[in-house]
Amino acid sequence: MAAAGGSRTLRRIAFLATLALLGAGALALGRGTRLALADCAFVNGAEPATLDPAAITAIPEGRIVRALFEGLVVWDPRTLEPRPGMAESWVVSPDGLAWTFHLRSGARWTNGDPVTAGDFAFSFERLLDPRTAAGYASQLFCVAGARAFATEVDERGAPRRSFDTVAIRAQDPRTLEMVLEHPFPRLLDLLACPQLCPVDRRSLEAMRAGHPDTWQIEWLRPGNLVTNGPFRLLERRANDRIRLAKNHGYWDAEHVAFETIDALAAEHLSTVLNLYLTGAVAWIDQQPADLAARLSRREDFRSAPYLGSYFYRVNVKRPPLDDPRVRRALALAIDREAIVRRVTRCNEQPLHACVPPGIPGWSGRTMRHGKSFADDAEEARRLLAECGFGPGGRVFPPIEIQYNTRESHRDVAEVIADSWRRNLGIHARLQNQEWRVFMDTQRRIDYDVSRSSWIADYADPYGFLEIFTTGNENNRTGWSDARYDDLIAHAAGALEPERSQLLSQAEEILMDALPILPIYAYATKNLVDPRLGGFYENALDEHPPKYWYWMEDGELAKTRAR
Amino acid sequence: MIGFLARRLVGFAVTLGVVVTASFFLMRAVRGGPFDAERRLDPAIERNLRSRYHLDWPAWKQFLQYVGPLNLDERGAVALGGDGSRAFGGVLAGDFGPSLRYRDQTVGDLLSQSLPISLALGTFALLWAVLLGLAAGVLSAVRRGTRLDFAVRLLATAFVALPNFVVASVLVILLAFLVPLLPVAGWGSWRHLVLPALALGAPVAAHVARLARTGMLETLSQDFVRAARAKGLPERLVILRHALPGALLPVASYLGPAAAGVLTGSLVIERIFAIPGAGSHFVNSALNRDYTLAMGVTIVYCALVYALNSLVDVAYRLLDPRIETEAA
Repeated sequence: MAAAGGSRTLRRIAFLATLALLGAGALALGRGTRLALADCAFVNGAEPATLDPAAITAIPEGRIVRALFEGLVVWDPRTLEPRPGMAESWVVSPDGLAWTFHLRSGARWTNGDPVTAGDFAFSFERLLDPRTAAGYASQLFCVAGARAFATEVDERGAPRRSFDTVAIRAQDPRTLEMVLEHPFPRLLDLLACPQLCPVDRRSLEAMRAGHPDTWQIEWLRPGNLVTNGPFRLLERRANDRIRLAKNHGYWDAEHVAFETIDALAAEHLSTVLNLYLTGAVAWIDQQPADLAARLSRREDFRSAPYLGSYFYRVNVKRPPLDDPRVRRALALAIDREAIVRRVTRCNEQPLHACVPPGIPGWSGRTMRHGKSFADDAEEARRLLAECGFGPGGRVFPPIEIQYNTRESHRDVAEVIADSWRRNLGIHARLQNQEWRVFMDTQRRIDYDVSRSSWIADYADPYGFLEIFTTGNENNRTGWSDARYDDLIAHAAGALEPERSQLLSQAEEILMDALPILPIYAYATKNLVDPRLGGFYENALDEHPPKYWYWMEDGELAKTRAR
Repeated sequence: MIGFLARRLVGFAVTLGVVVTASFFLMRAVRGGPFDAERRLDPAIERNLRSRYHLDWPAWKQFLQYVGPLNLDERGAVALGGDGSRAFGGVLAGDFGPSLRYRDQTVGDLLSQSLPISLALGTFALLWAVLLGLAAGVLSAVRRGTRLDFAVRLLATAFVALPNFVVASVLVILLAFLVPLLPVAGWGSWRHLVLPALALGAPVAAHVARLARTGMLETLSQDFVRAARAKGLPERLVILRHALPGALLPVASYLGPAAAGVLTGSLVIERIFAIPGAGSHFVNSALNRDYTLAMGVTIVYCALVYALNSLVDVAYRLLDPRIETEAA
């Protein structure tokens, strides 16, 4: 009898437990059903680490920040030329040092307050303040006094100097003045970077007073975040989506077509492609590597040269790689054509330089190379023989190509290793490491040859070349050349056209010494709904949603005919 | 029963302590840090970041600060990086700290958003798997040797062997592309739940069917079943009232591991279907060296699996009175 009673109680418990669990499930789902479909959706890649303009470092974050905020200037979506943003106009002194920005009168925050020059000064101070620990604070080091303010800290982590030592001044609510350490012709390109977007001083300080412990998180929540860009933050669900809603108080709101836009977080490339193919999203910027070649033949596949380079770093301290002739032989014996045609297959271009093509007004220097790969291989063999390797000489010790675990990197490394073996008789082993371990190995320069890439924040050759100066934390090759450092230092303070000339000379030195082996220049690979208008290809793969709209049939037919 | 639960609780505390300690130090022993990137930060800035999250402290001190409840930071900048000073913090004070990667969210925020989603997914997967598996297993045992039995056994073996991401891909091809009934991925309505729940539950259903079939066959050959039949009870009652509880025993003992498997197995399914559940944090936090988030996920999953297993043990004792008697 007791047993029967027990089993009846059990049944009841099981029944209730099941119901409770179902209820919990339904509740969790209920939270998800509230959102209506957005006007437009795109896949934004990894979940943004933050929406704080000062703290962002990655591309998905930049996209959202640029939609939410607007800096002094913005890039033209077609040409990437600087256009007025929050600043209506600007004046630069003849020596290129003093810049004065005049803010537009109609600019308002989403809470109705005007955007002032004081907001910009506050935001730039915040970016530089070491307590913000902003990854891109160094972007403003071109301003007089900024580097010292950001890097000299006391034992509590606060800056030792007052912000008054930094030459950024709000003259009046609509005039911002900046004095640079040295002339910097690309300042406007820099100011369009998302890290230099302003934040609302008053709302931030109110949040700080109201939530002394948690304000750094609270002020970024939807509902709290005050922005000044074409969109405001409507909803944010970690790892799912960020919903942007049109900011009707934006100065150019009449040219913003979409009321709501969803930025989805999805990283699994097959899933991303499935979302696009089923019409759930209108734009994706990455595809599974094994399908890239097939997808690139589609009507809706759009590609343009992208300001990024794929290259190998060489450990110049490790013999025999310390000999520039050996490095040149290795660089020459890479069959770049084969890599872009048979491995990457998405309009990537063979690269013989440090700076990829596509920067307006820049023609750099390439490494010396012949007309065909056969010539190059011949020259490479000659160079190795000159160093005493090869038939009749010493045997070249086996070297190791390190890359972070990823199929596409392995495929490229295999082609290169194969090419070195067949053309130079050099045996190269492949070794993969998990991303963070790989970065650590590279940082400690504990490798022979290490896969690398570099992507521009804005169109400027300086960024690509500067990293190989002595002691730069991004050099990571052990290479150092006083003449090179000198040229880069001079270029930093020079005006055009002298600046470009100095940088070209520096690139020539780099391409003679070859601490890096250039491989190919990136290309953008976007799959875009043919109906999505206002979407332009450019060298930074920037596609501000501000300009997007759905095309009518007539316009679509015209675009198709072109 | 109370003694049993008390013993379980002590075991839980010890297990959690070991898991927390081991994963805390293991994680910091792995090379690479949370702020490493292709573009390295300016050294001065990286120093600031590290000190903000106390990564410049010796490991033991970081551990004490993490576990709490005493706040060791003389600057008063506690977990959240605020300016106000708090005397208490750390896991023991219920604070998992800030995420090192997601600067806009605390680990608590991230878990409270993602865990209900994983739980909903797991519940539905487990529910259909158990119901269908049980029905199929019982049916195939009762109709032993027929074509139906053969079909159930074949399908069960197939789904036990097939990894759930393969099942997921096939489901996507069938129900999202060939017959566009359901969304291919994402989250937001019940329709987004169907495919992942099917894929996640498939191997469980197969296991349950096999266990239920074996259990049923064994019970059906017992004397008390023969006695029930001899009494002239209708076959339906014999099976449902007398044989089924016996057949449930192996299934019940499998449910603990099954629930744990569904919870932890969901990380692959969540990735394939772009579901914002806790499973994705499991993998990504480790890859990102997001120490605090990884610790948070580990602690929560450890607690969940332990609780589920205890629940199954309790259910088992209730289902089979012999066990309780032996324990007493």
